[in-house]
Amino acid sequence: MGAVAVFLESANGTVRSTSLPAVTAARELAKHHGGPVVGIVIGGGGAPGDAARYVDKVMSYDSPALAAPLAETWAPALAAAVKKAGATALVGSATSTGKDVLPRASALLDAAMASDIIAVVGAKNFRRPTYAGNALSDVELQTDVVVATVRQTEFAAAAPAAQAGTVEAQDAGTVDALGAEFVALHATRSARPELTEAKVVVSGGRGMKAGENFKVLEELTDLLGGALGASRAACDAGMVPNDLQVGQTGKVVAPKLYIAVAISGAIQHLAGMKGSKVIVAINKDPEAPIFQVADYGLVATWESAVPALIAQLREIKKLKNPA
Amino acid sequence: MKILVPCKRVPNPEQKLKIAGGAGGTIDLSGAAWQVNPFDEYAVETALRLTEKGKGGERSGEVVIVSIGPKEVTQPMRGLLAMGADRGLLVAGEDSALDAEVVARTLEAVVNAEKPDLVVMGKQTVDGESNQVGQLLAAYLGWPQATFLASIVVAADGKSATVTREVDAGVEEKKVRLPAVVTVDLRIIGKKAVRNAGLAGAETEWEDNQRYASLKGIMAAKKKEIREATLESLGVTAAPRVKHTKHEAPAGRKAGVKVASVEELVAKLRDEAKVL
Repeated sequence: MGAVAVFLESANGTVRSTSLPAVTAARELAKHHGGPVVGIVIGGGGAPGDAARYVDKVMSYDSPALAAPLAETWAPALAAAVKKAGATALVGSATSTGKDVLPRASALLDAAMASDIIAVVGAKNFRRPTYAGNALSDVELQTDVVVATVRQTEFAAAAPAAQAGTVEAQDAGTVDALGAEFVALHATRSARPELTEAKVVVSGGRGMKAGENFKVLEELTDLLGGALGASRAACDAGMVPNDLQVGQTGKVVAPKLYIAVAISGAIQHLAGMKGSKVIVAINKDPEAPIFQVADYGLVATWESAVPALIAQLREIKKLKNPA
Repeated sequence: MKILVPCKRVPNPEQKLKIAGGAGGTIDLSGAAWQVNPFDEYAVETALRLTEKGKGGERSGEVVIVSIGPKEVTQPMRGLLAMGADRGLLVAGEDSALDAEVVARTLEAVVNAEKPDLVVMGKQTVDGESNQVGQLLAAYLGWPQATFLASIVVAADGKSATVTREVDAGVEEKKVRLPAVVTVDLRIIGKKAVRNAGLAGAETEWEDNQRYASLKGIMAAKKKEIREATLESLGVTAAPRVKHTKHEAPAGRKAGVKVASVEELVAKLRDEAKVL
């Protein structure tokens, strides 16, 4: 048994907060593997130094050829790092990058992989949700090296270690993108927090009827300092863009407060939000399945309930912060 | 162009899942209603659009469906042929003896035999939810990959594709040389999401959503070929290396309360849940 490698994504010279749950998983896994936790950072700047606060050692790949996020070039770098470190496990958060790159790295390592784990059960044993979260499945990976992506909402963000690790610059060697080219990132421009990181999420469903009706939900969202989400039905109907989708086929969220408005509660939606701490459901249908998972249910139309809720929250805010 | 579309049958995701026998339980699929994995249907729609001169236009190219599973899979495959795919290949296999590795190695063998210009597949199945096979296949073939597609345009010369990918921060634009493996996400079935520039102009629009089989399509599908193969006949030696040791139902959430008014809701959130 050897080291546990963790893929640390970075932006603007620091480790992304979305990678910190993977550090927690790596530390747990290291207890079973017996070796140190080794962070792999692709892209330079201050990121390797920042990463060293969380792990025993950082392997830093800082090459212009690796600047763009391409699975074709990053997967070989991860695989090379794992081999060089003598690691017997590689983990990373189940971000869109992690889900793209880690399976490809697992192929290069001839390693079996568990996706979207929610618990470390043993050195090669993990728990993960399947069937839209209707089953929790324990898997045993029967290869020498194992790979896993980590569901961010199920592991705490790691705090810096007592002692910072070392940084070792690595030579990426010849980088071949296999004819793949990163063109551009068209980021969703929003003053709101990212859906997967927000403490409050307000989501609308098919019952909102039209895209312009989401304005009232945006108002509620901004009043609570949260992120806006939607059910698949609302996205499929073209009311809102698909990157707002919460559910098995969209994003998995676990905020402190989740407010589901005019969402019936299909299994696929519940799979993406039932880890939330407090769930509020507003729906005019008293039989809607969403009420079975809601801590507080209000049988009402959104047209009547949401404006009233906004008005009351404004009052509370005024009392708290008298201008 | 020739496009290979791997498809899997899955139990209806809206059906209640039966987990038999407490700790160490197994998933009981004996009463399952089977259907094609929804993302795989989107992949078939994508492939069909890439071989069409616009909506309802003439077709140019070939779409081949490949599935691994028991003989019953022939039936959902006929449905995909009725949508318009040209032929099928069914590799005999039991779901319980398959993992991402065996599936990817099998597809690798099929790709080497069929030599498609593009492999289009769903980003994940809705049962196992591993989201690995496309990436593994691309790695084994040494091909570029483009996962979680929101759109794809194949260049007029057929040598590359420009895609947009659903990523956490928004949408990423990527260009890949062909042949490549791509996996599709929900928005790929939008009106203007898919186009083969060699066949269809920029103004091309399709229906919003995947097509249904026409009566004519259903009749035609009966005559289309579904060839059968085995792992042995394809020379696949891979064995599963992910062992399921246990399945259990997740703990349910504690039943909540219904509140009578917005006032009561706000009071509960502030004083009881303390989240305001």
